[in-house]
Amino acid sequence: MKARVHVMLKNGVLDPQGEAVRHALGALGFDGVSGVRQGKVIDLDLAPGTTEAQVTEMCEKLLANTVIESYQIEMQG
Amino acid sequence: MKAAVLVFPGSNCDRDMAVAFQAAGFKVDMVWHKDHALPEGVDIVGVPGGFSYGDYLRCGAIAANSPICGELKAHADNGGYVLGVCNGFQVLTETGLLPGALLRNAGLKYICRTVPLIVETTDSVFTQGYDKGQEIQIPIAHHDGNYFADDATLDRLEGDGRVAFRYGDNPNGSMRDIAGILSANGRVLGMMPHPERAADPAQGNTDGQAMFSALGHALERVTA
Repeated sequence: MKARVHVMLKNGVLDPQGEAVRHALGALGFDGVSGVRQGKVIDLDLAPGTTEAQVTEMCEKLLANTVIESYQIEMQG
Repeated sequence: MKAAVLVFPGSNCDRDMAVAFQAAGFKVDMVWHKDHALPEGVDIVGVPGGFSYGDYLRCGAIAANSPICGELKAHADNGGYVLGVCNGFQVLTETGLLPGALLRNAGLKYICRTVPLIVETTDSVFTQGYDKGQEIQIPIAHHDGNYFADDATLDRLEGDGRVAFRYGDNPNGSMRDIAGILSANGRVLGMMPHPERAADPAQGNTDGQAMFSALGHALERVTA
């Protein structure tokens, strides 16, 4: 089974990389992009029977730094 | 008086830190990240700068979960002294020994230059060799040194006198110009600037020397 974890900087935490991407899009002529936030996607190959609670623990202990990041888990069968 | 300096794959300031400790009178052991114990009788643990584990995932995140960092936490929880510099500061925030986190520099660039720091408190073994408000020149060399914490945490740090150093001219976007902070018991210091790179006349700058010599004097009395 697999799980996909999305890790994003929390709202209110400045994302200077996202800002740089936003400026670059503007420079390429893409008008109207008012915000860019950049995050990470982490795909996990898991032993059968792994629970979402266990993946949550992985996020809390390592995959995300909850001081600055939020995460979302998609369990994929 | 004994110091241990942790060595992770990718650490590159470990020997500089060891030399600075030695010059201040410490016997220094280098401790590999896979070790499960600190040497007997260690007074202070140095967590050095560098790029532990290639900065994979987040700076300091993998190192913070290495076997030796369990020992580091136990050492700190027992009232032991810890100095984390640069990547070492990032490791200390990732372990939770210090609050907050270090984000990418606001200007997105890696910055390597000497910057002015203001000594905010002299009420710690690390900073008692300086004067309050003194400006010192210490090198920085980092890409992720932008200190972040929520307002309540920042207020608490400032209210409790736990801001050790502020930047005179904020180079990286750090909140409230914070360059280094102390733990609640004042025995753990994390800072992005490198005092060990300014601790010997041969380095052309000795403004960091007072930190190591003050540590040496303080811990000599404690362990005597």
